Formats: sequence, C-alpha cells, structure tokens
Amino acid sequence: MNSMNWLVVLPEIILVTMTCAIAVLDLFLSDPARRPTFWLTQATLAVVGAVHLLFFSGGATMYGMQGLVVTDPMGHLLAGCAAIATMVTVAYAQPYLASREMLKGEFFALTLFSYLGVSVMCSANNFLVVYLGLEVMSLSLYALTALRRDHAVATEAAMKYFVLGALASGFLLYGLSMMYGATGTLEIPRVFEQIATGKINREVLILGTVFVVAGLGFKLGAAPFHMWVPDVYQGAPTAVTLLIGAAPKLAAFAITIRLLVEGMLGLAVDWQRMLIVMGVVSLVVGNFAAIAQSNLKRMLAYSTIAQMGFVVLGLSAGVVSGNTLSAANAYSSAMFYIVTYVMTTLGTFGLILYLSRAGHEAEELADFAGLAKRAPWVAGVMAVFMFSLAGIPPMVGFYAKLAVLQALVTTNVTAYIVLAVVAVLLSLVGAFYYLRLVKIMYFDEPAETAVIARSRGVSALLALNGAAVLVFGVLPDSLMTLCRDAIVKALAT
Amino acid sequence: MGLLSAAIWLPIAVGVLLLALGRDAYANAVRWIALIGALAGFAVTVPLLTGFDTGSAAMQFQENLPWIERFNVAYRLGVDGISVWFVMLTAFITVIVVVAGWEVITERVNQYMGAFLILSGLMIGVFCAIDGLLFYVFFEATLIPMYIIIGIWGGPRRVYAAFKFFLYTLLGSLLMLVALLYLYFKSGGSFDILAWHKLPLPLDAQTLLFFAFFAAFSVKVPMWPVHTWLPDAHVEAPTGGSVVLAAIMLKLGAYGFLRFSLPIVPDASREWAWFIIALSLIAVVYIGLVALVQQDMKKLVAYSSIAHMGFVTLGFFVFSELGVSGGLVQMISHGFVSGAMFLCIGVLYDRVHSREIAAYGGVVNTMPRFAAFAVFFAMANAGLPGTAGFVGEWMVILGTVKASFWLAALAATTLIFGAAYTLWMVKRVYFGDVANEDVRTLSDINSREFLMLALLAIATLAMGLYPKPFTDVMHVSVTELLKHVAMSKLN
Repeated sequence: MNSMNWLVVLPEIILVTMTCAIAVLDLFLSDPARRPTFWLTQATLAVVGAVHLLFFSGGATMYGMQGLVVTDPMGHLLAGCAAIATMVTVAYAQPYLASREMLKGEFFALTLFSYLGVSVMCSANNFLVVYLGLEVMSLSLYALTALRRDHAVATEAAMKYFVLGALASGFLLYGLSMMYGATGTLEIPRVFEQIATGKINREVLILGTVFVVAGLGFKLGAAPFHMWVPDVYQGAPTAVTLLIGAAPKLAAFAITIRLLVEGMLGLAVDWQRMLIVMGVVSLVVGNFAAIAQSNLKRMLAYSTIAQMGFVVLGLSAGVVSGNTLSAANAYSSAMFYIVTYVMTTLGTFGLILYLSRAGHEAEELADFAGLAKRAPWVAGVMAVFMFSLAGIPPMVGFYAKLAVLQALVTTNVTAYIVLAVVAVLLSLVGAFYYLRLVKIMYFDEPAETAVIARSRGVSALLALNGAAVLVFGVLPDSLMTLCRDAIVKALAT
Repeated sequence: MGLLSAAIWLPIAVGVLLLALGRDAYANAVRWIALIGALAGFAVTVPLLTGFDTGSAAMQFQENLPWIERFNVAYRLGVDGISVWFVMLTAFITVIVVVAGWEVITERVNQYMGAFLILSGLMIGVFCAIDGLLFYVFFEATLIPMYIIIGIWGGPRRVYAAFKFFLYTLLGSLLMLVALLYLYFKSGGSFDILAWHKLPLPLDAQTLLFFAFFAAFSVKVPMWPVHTWLPDAHVEAPTGGSVVLAAIMLKLGAYGFLRFSLPIVPDASREWAWFIIALSLIAVVYIGLVALVQQDMKKLVAYSSIAHMGFVTLGFFVFSELGVSGGLVQMISHGFVSGAMFLCIGVLYDRVHSREIAAYGGVVNTMPRFAAFAVFFAMANAGLPGTAGFVGEWMVILGTVKASFWLAALAATTLIFGAAYTLWMVKRVYFGDVANEDVRTLSDINSREFLMLALLAIATLAMGLYPKPFTDVMHVSVTELLKHVAMSKLN
C-alpha cells in the first residue's frame, strides 16, 4: 500500500505527456483541418484505452502512489469505456467544429485534459484524488462550453455551468471534509473501516453524507440537482454537449461507487433513502419536462435526467435490511445501465452533429421532419436509439431497464417492488416523447430538402454505433457479465 | 437450426434484407422477394404440423440455447397443441397480407413489406417462446413494426392511432415485466415458463401476478373497458395492418392468458374467473350493440372483433375442455374470418376511398364475384353453421352451459347481435339498388384479389365443416392445462 508502484498510474502518465506534446505541437500547425492533432489525439486515447482494458482483463487490484490511487477492474472498465466514448466523440465532433471555425488546438488539449480527469476519478482511492480528478475534468469542460466565445447562449451556458458546477464541487468538498473530520482519514478504505467500528459520531457522518450525495447528484445530473443540465446541454456547442454527456457520466458513476459504496457502505441505509427520492424525482421531472420541449438537445437533456433516475434507483437497492447480498447485483445493474446509456447518447448527439451543416444547427425537432424519406438509413439509426432510450426490446436500453428493475424486485421488499412499478409507469411517460421523434421522422412530411453532407467515416461510425445498440440488445450477456465481475471485484476489496 | 428458429428468423431475415436493399425504383422485385419470403416462411411451418405428436402434451420441437447467462435467460423454444396452430396461422396470414398489399402500396414498398415480414417473425416468436423473458422481448418488439405500419400507411388520424396503440399496449406489458421479474426471483432465478407452472405461490402474490398479467393481456385481447385503442388502430391502419391486428395480434393476448395466467396462478384465476367472465359478457353483449350503430365498416368489424374475442376469454375462464378448446378454435376461425372481412373492406376502399357504409349500396350489381365472397365471410362472422365462425362459438356456449345456464344464454345472444350487425351491414353495402356513381363504375375483383379471398374462404369452410383435426391437435395439451388449473398451488 505504501509503495509508489508507478505502473498503476501508467495511463495517466501517458496522457499527461501526450496532452502537453499535442498542445505544443498544434502551435506549429497550419493545417485548418488539424489532421495531425486529430489523429494524435485519437492515437493517445486509443493507447490509453487499450492500457486500461489490458489492466481490466488482468483483473488484479493494486494500490499506487502510496495508496492515493487504486487500480481495479471496475475503474479500468469505466475508464476504458470512457476512452472509447471520447474517441467517438472527437470523431463525431471534428467535421462539425471544422465547419464552424471552432476546430482549434485547444479543443483537443482540453478534451484530453477532461479525459485525464475522468481517468483519475476512476482510479481514485482518496478523497482528495477524487476531488482533484473531478476538478481537472470539470474545469476543462467549463472552458470547452465557452469554446464559441462570441456566442451569447454558449457563454451564458458556460457561466451557468461554471457557477453551479463550482457550487456542487463545494458541496462535495464540504461533505468530504466532514467525513475527514469525523473519521480522521482521507483514504477511502480507511474511512470504510472507521465507519465500520461504529464509534464515530453518526450525526456528523450523516450530515457529511447529505453533502456528498448532493454533490454527486449534481455531477450525475439527477433531480433535484439537475438545473444546469437543460441549459448547458442546449447552450453548449453540440460537440461539447456530447463530450459532457458521455465520458463524464461514467466518471461520475465511478466516484459514486468509490465514495458511497467503497467508503461509506456503512451508511447505506441513509444514503439509499436519499437516492430513492432522487431517483423518483428525476424520473418525474425528466420525463414530464421532456414532453414539453421542442428543442431536441433540451429534450435529450431532460431525458438524461430521467435516465439518471434509473441509475440512481439501481444504486439504491444494494443493501437490504442490513444485508449486502444483493449489492453486486444492484450496483452492476446500475453500471450496465450507465455504460449502455453512454453508448446510446453518443449516437443521438452524434446524429445531431451529423445532420448539422455550416450555418444550420439541426437541433429543433422540426428539423427531423420526414427524415425517413430524405435519408432512410440515418432515420433508421436514430429510431434504434430512440427505441433503446424508451426501453423497447430488442434494443440494449431494454436490458438496462430490466437489470435495474430486476435489482429492485429481487430485494423482495414491498417498498422496492412498488418502486419498480412506479419506475415502469414513469418510463411509459418517457416512451411518449421518444416515440414522438420517431413519428416526426417517419410520419411527417419533409420540411426541407437540403442534401445531408455525408462524411463517409462518420457515417460508418454512426452505423456501427447503431449496430452496437442493436447487437448488445440481442446479445447483452457479455457486457452484463463484465459489469458484474468488475463490481464483484470492487466490492471484495 | 431447428424448425421453430427457421420459422421465426426466415421472415425476419428477408424483411431486414428488404429494408436494407429495397428501393421504390425496383418495387416489383421487392414484392416478389417478399412473397417468396412469406411463402418460404409458411413452408417451414408445415412440417411442424405433419411431424406433431398429438398424443403428447409436452413441448415439441424444443430448442434450448443459453442466451443471457447473467440472468439465466435461455433461448428456449417449443410448441404444444395450443400454440402450433398459431404459428401456422401467422405464417399463412403473412402470405395473404403480402398479396393484399401488392398493387395498393406504391410508396416505400420495401419498408411496408419488410415491416410485415419482421412482424410475422416476431409474432411467431411469441407463440414459440417458453422462456418468460424471450416471450416478453418478442411480445414488445412487435409494437415497433406495427407502430410504423399504422403511422406511415394509415388513414388521416394515423398518428393518433399509432400512439394510442403503442402506449396502451406498452402500459400493460410493462406491468407484466415486473410480474415476470417477481416470478424470476420467486423461482430462484429462472425464466423458464414450464418451471413457473410448478411454482407454489401464496394467494395474495397470485392475485397481484394475475392482475399484472391481466393488464398486459386484456389490453392486447382487447377486453372491455380497455378496448378503446382497437377501433382507432383498426380504422386508421392500412388494410394489411388491420388484417394482421385482427387475425394475429389480438391472439397474442388471449394466448398469454393460457400460457401465463391459467397455469402459473391457477388459484387466483379461479378466484377471479367471475371477473373475467363478467368483462367477457359485457364485451359480447354491449360491444355487440355498439357494433350495431357504426357508420364506418372498419369500425363495425373492429367492434365485432372485440365481441368475438370476448367469447374467447369467456371460454378460457369456464375451465372446461369444451370451453378452452372452443376459445382456441374461435381464435383461429376469427383469424380467418376477420382477416377476410378487413380484406373485403380493403377491396372496396381501394376503389372508392371511403369506409362509410352510406357511401355504398348495391355493390352486388357491379361486383358480383366479390359480393359472393363478402356475403360468405359475413355469414361466417355471424356464426352460420358450416363455417368456421360457428364451431368455436358453439363449443364455448356448450362449455358455458355446464358452468351456468344463464351465462350461456347471455353469451348466446351474440348469435343474434352478430347476425344483426353483420347482415345489416351486408344489406346496406351490397344489396339494394346502385346508390351512387362511385358504385356504378366499380370493377370486379381481379385474379390477385380473387386468390387471397378464395384461400381464406377455403380455410373458413374447411374448418367449419371438419374441425376435428384442429381439436385433435389441441386435445391433449388442453386437458393437461386444465389439470394444472385444477391443482392448487397454495401451500
């Protein structure tokens, strides 16, 4: 535990080195398409992702930097998925940004820095490292949101994101400091041991938990801490929206597991209650508010809130009457949910990017009218994503919902079964607005006839993305098992 | 690959191929490929019947592959005497539907044909699945193609109808999903339906499960008072959509009662049988009266479907062999007859573009061959002896008499109401003097339309005159099912 063990932070070392190199290199480039930077970024992410997945398949749990960071399958799986998600994001974003003169070296450097934050969060073993990773990621994202600095809406979104995000970080830090004050340690496993002794003043712990949960709720985007989500999703350049909506969700999930489960499992009874309330409120707010939206990005923002409600509900079913038997089941269902959610989100926002062209953002619902006639393939892929988000089999989104509902029902506690019924009924409300987009694409007449600018690489990637949602829908077992193994190992340590 | 897998995946594969490669530029090739796919799909189901062992109640042609091991879900298929007919019926109706859309659909032909073929495979999947989750996946997946079919090729209020159809049915099935998960937990982590049949359950749990299943299946059947999506969906759907809806999709719900409600929660089923019987009788009597006053032909047949399906659920919940087999026979015959009724309306609609009864009159003068078919199917719909429509109703009434004479008497009123609304429509549409210019210029059915109506007429007549093969196949499975229902699972 007390050795440096540099191998553990190998991905982060590669990342930092390459990010600095790319940032400097970009200064000497004159290519407006930034091809070298683009490919170097992709290569870096690919290497780091591969290292993460390699560590993941190794399956070992190691500590490094004198116990500051941990390397375990869960962290590596999430970080590996986040690397893939970031690669896809950058690929989708490149043509969009290029046509808007936003394709600067900063985009790549900041994206890599935000991924660095994600990577650190996934392997944090110490309160301060959690916070450090969170801030590296968040600050990069704030700056990226304001990438279009002469655009009023984007700037407003960036300010809002920054102020509320800083507030959330403050909450989290305040909560963590209380935990530190009560337990006398910043190391997550030590905190767990201290709480387990039962000698710590419980009131202080619970007060700390409230702040920690609130901070995490902010980062996940779960109601009632969701106010930033719609404005930021709508206001940020779509490429950045995608960046915010994909990899950071995985990181937020990782620190949720690290803090709540690995650190504060002894307080599960208390934080589970908070999560249940957050989950139900998210489902209500997200699903009902999404119905009223006419802007697709905003609708998807509310849909995200609702989807996070499901994740949070999955997390809330781990400890039943003091028994942690169903913990692995519950947390792995939430993990499967968030991984598949990111997969689908990449596709939906990727499609918005794909359909946008110079001088026109395809982000109003009306822009999708009659898409099935103009571009049947694109509409088909979008329909797959929508049905997946609505949770209709055989798309992967169904199995995600199934896993969470299963976790709720398997507790065999009446309250949880009622919760499952409530969640199911609210997801019916959700189905309405996802179906509405399908309706707009398939049943309405096209309002415009502009040819969709096709980039062969992005088209192929989108098709692949859609195929992934469908294939993991027909054969979800492998991914489910990976999530479960990862969580089981994380719980064992 | 087993026969059942072939029956499921062959139409789906052809459908996906059409979606991927079809263009309106070569619509004719698309139609032929769709027809070949549908015929091949039907051909695959024939050995199911010829190789079926009528002496065994076990699941036959079983296939079992691990699918989602994390939840112990298996790709488990099998048919018994209850489901084997519906596999064939689905494949048969698919052929008819492809033929019915031949010249009528001129836009996005590949999507239309593709959607129907995929839908066909999914529905066969529902009838073959003996794993709870697999059943659910097929059951829900059918919503997607049907939603698209109603929404794209439907009538003026198609969007409303498509949404109503989708959300209504989704509501029911989501509650069933929770029930399935509960059974999964109670059975110690298994989705095997046959294992659930043996699972002991306390009465309060059974009651909740019963109503969860009821939510899913009653909407699909549909039973009064959750039937209101059906008239809308039927009226707005294109002809092929209405045919598939009436002939097969409604059967998914009734089939669900037999596969889930009766054997898994027998005590609750017996406890609440009065409730189902009451709703069924309301459907038979009240909906029969509602059908009487319809101005729109499609709506009339839609309401008549609800009344006929009321008969099916009534037969199931009197728990006698006559009742259950009668319900099953009624399901098959209704598949032929209502499908044919909707095709007849489609034939008229293609020519006049109106579904109003008042827009017609004296059609027999200009379309004699067509009128012969139409009147024949109307008779079958009214339950004329010698046609398929009679056998099921008669068996159900006989089965009900044993339970209670007065219930049977009430159910038997359908023979009066059914005859009243069907024949009155026939009189107004087909007979009398030529009412207007539209009717005067009608041309009689062409050989394609003749072929599809003739096929259904033969099926209707054959089943009406000699229903023994149908009941023989069902017999052992139905007795086995009733044994299950009679045994209490409380302990």
